[in-house]
Amino acid sequence: MNKIIKYVLYDIVRNKIIVAYTLFLLLLSIGLFNLGGSPDKGLLSLLNLVLLTVPLISIVFGTTHFYNSYEFMELLVSQPIRRSKIFMSEYLGVALSLSAAFMIGVGIPVLLFAPGATGLYLVLTGVFITFIFVALAFLASVITRDKAKGIGIALLLWFYFALIYDGIVLFILYSFGDYPLEYATLVLTALNPVDLGRVLVLLNLDVSAMMGYTGALYKSIFGSLWGIGLAFAVMVLWVLVPVLASRRAFTRRDL
Amino acid sequence: MKNLSKYIVVWTACALVWMLGSPVALGDTLKVCNTCEYHSVKEAVSKAKAGDVVLVDGGVYLESGIEITKPISLIGRNNPVIDGQNSGQIITITSSNVKVEGFTVQNVAVSYMRDDAAIRVADRENIQILNNTVLNTYFGIYLQNADNSIVKGNVVKGVNTGKIESALGNAIHVWRTDGAEVSGNKVEGHRDGIYFEYVTNSLIHENISERNNRYGLHFMFSDGNVYTRNIFRKNGAGVAVMYTRNIRMEHNTFEDNWGSAAYGLLLKDISQSVILNNTFRRNTTGIYMESSSRLYIENNDFDRNGWAIRLLASCIQDTFRLNNFTGNSFDVSTNGSPTMNLFEHNYWDKYSGYDLNKNRVGDVPYRPVSLYSMLVERVPPSVMFMRSFMVDLMDSIERVLPSFIPESLVDERPLMKKVNHDSDRKLVQNLR
Repeated sequence: MNKIIKYVLYDIVRNKIIVAYTLFLLLLSIGLFNLGGSPDKGLLSLLNLVLLTVPLISIVFGTTHFYNSYEFMELLVSQPIRRSKIFMSEYLGVALSLSAAFMIGVGIPVLLFAPGATGLYLVLTGVFITFIFVALAFLASVITRDKAKGIGIALLLWFYFALIYDGIVLFILYSFGDYPLEYATLVLTALNPVDLGRVLVLLNLDVSAMMGYTGALYKSIFGSLWGIGLAFAVMVLWVLVPVLASRRAFTRRDL
Repeated sequence: MKNLSKYIVVWTACALVWMLGSPVALGDTLKVCNTCEYHSVKEAVSKAKAGDVVLVDGGVYLESGIEITKPISLIGRNNPVIDGQNSGQIITITSSNVKVEGFTVQNVAVSYMRDDAAIRVADRENIQILNNTVLNTYFGIYLQNADNSIVKGNVVKGVNTGKIESALGNAIHVWRTDGAEVSGNKVEGHRDGIYFEYVTNSLIHENISERNNRYGLHFMFSDGNVYTRNIFRKNGAGVAVMYTRNIRMEHNTFEDNWGSAAYGLLLKDISQSVILNNTFRRNTTGIYMESSSRLYIENNDFDRNGWAIRLLASCIQDTFRLNNFTGNSFDVSTNGSPTMNLFEHNYWDKYSGYDLNKNRVGDVPYRPVSLYSMLVERVPPSVMFMRSFMVDLMDSIERVLPSFIPESLVDERPLMKKVNHDSDRKLVQNLR
């Protein structure tokens, strides 16, 4: 398995996109930290951009990579290697390289300009989101053999998580405004990893004090070690479910 | 006419005081120290005659229940400490024209029945309490029915860690008093920093009130007071003022009042008052207004608050002019559609209009109430989606094509640049 991951990584590094991605993130982070004034403000602007661009790039890159290495996978399948091993190597190769790019591009500037727990949460959130969206990309890819269709599904997934979901939830909250919705909102947040990441970082920043009574309630949940642990546990679930589902589909389908 | 006769009475009283006071300089001086004639403050005070000075030298005096019943001056030199050892009230003043200066008064236990204070004035006038330090007490300085008194330069510090509200007293408590002056005091660690009830025509100036469990400043039914250059910082619930008319609040700073129920300034049933040149910085809510009418809120800075202004629908005829709104999560929010309030010539950092004729006033109106702030007001849990991309998108669309946000809350003439309250006189005159 290690050997396959090595080849996948070698292949990814060779095509330069990952280097461009690293540089892009690096420039963005350093720029925002120098622009923002206070490190908190920098973290906040960075959070917004990370939550928009990282899922998009992860999901698009994951899908295109999967389709591009279809022939390589077919070659491997003809060897005495288990399919799940092939699939996991591909997945880990892509996810690890993208998160390494993220760690360099965002992790190092955060370490330099805004070290601390909140910075750590931002980096961890970014890494988790990379893993989650690569997993979703692979899920979209194993569903169909048609490359255009696969990328279409992937983009739709990104659109749903980054944009539509919030709209739907706000509409639900508005419609059911007469009911106590504190805990329902919590559950609805956990159903979208992007929101979960945003809330996790936001509530550990100073600005959370500005969010009034309800904000204080959520801060008491997400500010505690237990709450943060739970949030990351939900993130792990968000990685595992699509990965296992797509691995299962990959091992069973006719290539 | 009523006012005039009041002045005459005050001036006559002053003249009388002066005439009575002139022998003060000639009165005896009773010294208290380890090697002096008197060893205890209580003894010296009870021996003193009207007009005497009781001079207490440095040292620790374990005493309480000192009653001042004659017009004397109790002066501390070299910072004498009167330690009540939690045995009840320390200094009680039941005479007019008394001066207490330069002591450290400490340790008064909680007393729910008597409301023990370090220094209490009851039903007398012209009291001066100057430059004392009050430590670890239930109530600090307590004035009841003490007209024309001065509380100046005192430090009142309590211990409030781990205590609940009801187990704490107020640092400076003034009740039913006319013409008081509370200035240059530093109060912290009590229930309310400065508490006024039925206090009229008083001046509250240059005080610092911080880290109190409840309010930094709390007043009710206290008409005609002036609050200038005070700082209220990190109080449990900020500053609350209720049921009052004719107040002026100028050049005060309200900052870092954070938490689930914290307000920079809470206004409830306030009318005909002016709030000028204040700074509201990093509060959960800058100003919260309920049933307040005919207020002039001008030249204030609202910087990095959660909600700069929460204007409830019960407010009418309030004017907001020449204020700066910068870095607030929500500029203005409301629970309905308040009527007849005027927003004009404010600077809003979220304003994205243009100024074609270069008169420094934007050509398109600004709506300070965002759709999302309406949603949060209606459904508080939606605050979880703050800074979500969808929310920003929604707000931008609503600004362009308003349909939900109240029509009446609009700044028709927003400023293009931040007002510099000190140097922009010319601009301000042009706009008036």
